[in-house]
Amino acid sequence: MTHELSELLFAPIEAAQDALFARACTSEALTEQTLKHIQESEEFVHAFLKLDREGALKAARESDLRRDQGKPLSPLDGIPISIKDLIVTRGIETTAASKMLQGYIPPYDATVVSKLREAGAIILGKTNLDEFAMGSSTEHSAFGATHNPHDLNRVPGGSSGGSAAAVAAGQCFASLGTDTGGSIRQPAAFCGVTGLKPTYGRVSRFGAIAFASSLDQIGPIARTARGVAETLQIIAGHDERDSTSSPSPTPDYLSQMSGDAKGLRIGMVQEAFAADGLDEEISKSVRNSALKLKEAGAEIVDVSIPSLPLSIATYYLTCTAEASSNLARYDGVRYGPPRNIESRSDELEEMYRRRRSEGFGAEVKRRIILGTYALSAGYYDAYYLKAQKVRTVIKSDFSAAFEKCDALLLPTSPVEPFILGEKLSDPLQMYLADIYTIACNLAGLPGLSMPAGLSSKALPIGTQLIAPAMEEGRLLRLADAHEKYSDTSWSQPTALRQRLSKTGGSK
Amino acid sequence: MNKKTSLESVTEKWDIVIGLEVHAQLKTRTKIFCGCKTDYGSEPNTNVCPVCLGHPGVLPVLNENAVRMAVMAGIALHCSIETQCVFSRKQYFYPDLPKGYQISQFDLPICSHGWLEISLDEETRKIPIARAHLEEDAGKNLHDDFRGVSQVDFNRTGIPLLEIVSGPDLTSPEEAMEYLKELRNTLRYIGVCDGNLEQGSFRCDANVSLKPKDAKELGTRVEIKNLNSFRNVGRALTYEIRRQARVLEQGGAVSMHTALFDADQGTTSPMRSKEDSSDYRYFPDPDLLPVILEEEYIENLRQSLPETPEIVRARFANEYQLRPYDLSVLTDDRELAIFYESAVKNGADPTITSNWIQSELLGRLSNDKLEISKSPVSAESLAKLVKHLHSGKISGKMAKEIFANMWTSGVDPDDEVERMGGVVDDDSEILSLCKLIIERHPDEAQQFREGKHKVLGFLMGKVMQESRGKANPKKASTLLREELSK
Repeated sequence: MTHELSELLFAPIEAAQDALFARACTSEALTEQTLKHIQESEEFVHAFLKLDREGALKAARESDLRRDQGKPLSPLDGIPISIKDLIVTRGIETTAASKMLQGYIPPYDATVVSKLREAGAIILGKTNLDEFAMGSSTEHSAFGATHNPHDLNRVPGGSSGGSAAAVAAGQCFASLGTDTGGSIRQPAAFCGVTGLKPTYGRVSRFGAIAFASSLDQIGPIARTARGVAETLQIIAGHDERDSTSSPSPTPDYLSQMSGDAKGLRIGMVQEAFAADGLDEEISKSVRNSALKLKEAGAEIVDVSIPSLPLSIATYYLTCTAEASSNLARYDGVRYGPPRNIESRSDELEEMYRRRRSEGFGAEVKRRIILGTYALSAGYYDAYYLKAQKVRTVIKSDFSAAFEKCDALLLPTSPVEPFILGEKLSDPLQMYLADIYTIACNLAGLPGLSMPAGLSSKALPIGTQLIAPAMEEGRLLRLADAHEKYSDTSWSQPTALRQRLSKTGGSK
Repeated sequence: MNKKTSLESVTEKWDIVIGLEVHAQLKTRTKIFCGCKTDYGSEPNTNVCPVCLGHPGVLPVLNENAVRMAVMAGIALHCSIETQCVFSRKQYFYPDLPKGYQISQFDLPICSHGWLEISLDEETRKIPIARAHLEEDAGKNLHDDFRGVSQVDFNRTGIPLLEIVSGPDLTSPEEAMEYLKELRNTLRYIGVCDGNLEQGSFRCDANVSLKPKDAKELGTRVEIKNLNSFRNVGRALTYEIRRQARVLEQGGAVSMHTALFDADQGTTSPMRSKEDSSDYRYFPDPDLLPVILEEEYIENLRQSLPETPEIVRARFANEYQLRPYDLSVLTDDRELAIFYESAVKNGADPTITSNWIQSELLGRLSNDKLEISKSPVSAESLAKLVKHLHSGKISGKMAKEIFANMWTSGVDPDDEVERMGGVVDDDSEILSLCKLIIERHPDEAQQFREGKHKVLGFLMGKVMQESRGKANPKKASTLLREELSK
């Protein structure tokens, strides 16, 4: 049983659901096995910042009782999942991967966490990220980088690198990440799993530690479209505690997954494929995804998003400005590692300056400074306000494109997962890699990354789909169809598994 | 001392320019962006939650009542109501501001371009109100000694404030105080603010500058904070105006800064340079949607708005023919105005009631430290008494005596009048009394006849005493004179 159980960890969510339903295993056993696997694999992956062993096992036992009574709460009842450490969990330390929040135990649950608990999902713990979600590699975590399960010398992407790596590494069946400029999609692509950024307002932001309020969204990462759909089904919906939450009713996502793409037109974003820095293999794989969708019944057309190149500047002015404001509350007094009250009288400003300098990492400081500048007197109109105006231009470009197609297709990332430490010396280079994912946050549209296969270096490549607002169902349908017309839905993290078998773990 | 004269030396050369910023706490039951209570005086940090404490991940949700009260205030102040207003973040670091920014309004305040009518020395002026906007209050820093550390009470964080900004149109400390009184009253009348200065539900900062007489350009202004009573507003402004005049006379320049008022010394002193602190980096708060108000919503509030002091005064002047001074006293407090009107509607003469309230009722309320709502004498009771007085059934003196009993023992005035008997009005009765007194005091009677008319007072006193205060004084005086002259 243990052998099968350990294989189950690397199977799609449906397999786990079937096993639980058929009583082939209990949630408690599954959770135990998961925790064991995490323990063995973490020294290589470091996807988790915190594990809640007690809480997870308790929840698993309760799930088993419900199942015995024939009363499971949802398709995720009894399924182990993880949560990015940017999302607050009551009673479980939440750090945003920053020293500034070390020791912070939230007194409340994010709405999405409440919903998952109410659905019976087993919350294993909190996953690693770039500090305050600022980064594309998870190297900016204050608590160490996460390693890509497909190549342990490489980054898993970011900022939700821990979430994507945990899913890819078989450490959980699904994870919640957040996406402000690609932070779910890009790590999903790098780790060879599926990740969805919902329409802005589709999922409540209450409890997501704010980075850029007008861009942030919480979204699911799983190995298959089905896993993403089931998770989204639970977390989506209006929340009166989030004023930007949409009142639009949540559709039934699974029912839209017909297994084909008949009647849908896929728009290939020309500017994306023509871009200079796009890796040749990636371009090829992504074009191949379009062919698979064609096989599945879709029509392929060319479309243009002319303002795509404007998105980087627009994004980095918007997100840094909002971040500089959202992070002002971290004064280093109410949060942070314990310290003594100063015995000498300290100038207030000097104290803030010192505490914030100590508590924040370099990338966070860079962005706070940029954002403060963009909002400062005399510059607001030229930068932040201008950027908001450009957003409407980008939005209208998307609208125009959607008159010709039902979903856009483009690469998720122009580069394959890079070596840890390789890109740290040039922050701007790192920013430029966001080119494909950012526009959809600026326009508030839903975007999804699905595995398109492996490169010649056996590194995952992701294909991105973008749909009109509130059309997550369409994205999931396409992702599901794409899976069915691919050899495998997702690739096993061979590098990790080999490493584990060497050390005798996870057999 | 006439305060106005004391600044005459200043106003000969300079125009005084005063603008006032008032922060009025709106009387909502819960805070502006969360469901915490707004009760005053609770134990520190008990009316708090993750939202108003600015915890990581929280979001604001607007309290509709705060909007409703802001619109009501805007209507009462003759403002234009913005049908699509926006919240902005005002950013600065301070221990009592948990998010590091205050949610306020910048570009599109909910109310603007209004005015408030004030009366001073029988003259009325319309003082422009530039804007009134919604924002959240900050916490309170407590600097009492906790082992040398200051502490913060966040109960107040998130209580809705309406910041009301006047134009730079007030021209004297007296006008400033009058403006504040009227504004406070107006807000109390319509039920949106307590107007309690001691508890901090009505706070005022004053901006003052001087400019050469008839010059177009305004001078450099000083902002004065920490003004916790209207009187202190007047004192602080007077001091600062004199100070600025002295500086300018000596050829110096006034520096733009914020000053604190020291109530003990009666002086202002610089707090910090205003130039340093003012880049708040406003931008529209992305967590809140623009507030869109339907015309119908605004119109409904307009229709159902309680009368403002301005309207009540106009009505009283029209219906009851009261003088300006009386109007201002009776409408100073909404409860008092209601009391007055209730008495009048119960049949009491408007003028007598007005006088009575001022001369008898208010004093007793003040002595016993009672609000008008807790007056032991109801408006209906007072009306009964006034009716008796008005009809001449009782004398003023008797009325006072009865009123005292009503106040302390709660007796019914009709019963009292019944018990005491009415005024002695019968001429023959009064004449008998006069004759009796003259008989008793022959010396004084003789003195009167010899031309010492002052002694009449003594004799009148005896007549009133003998009648136990009930003799009709006018008649008694006339008859006594006649009798003495025989």
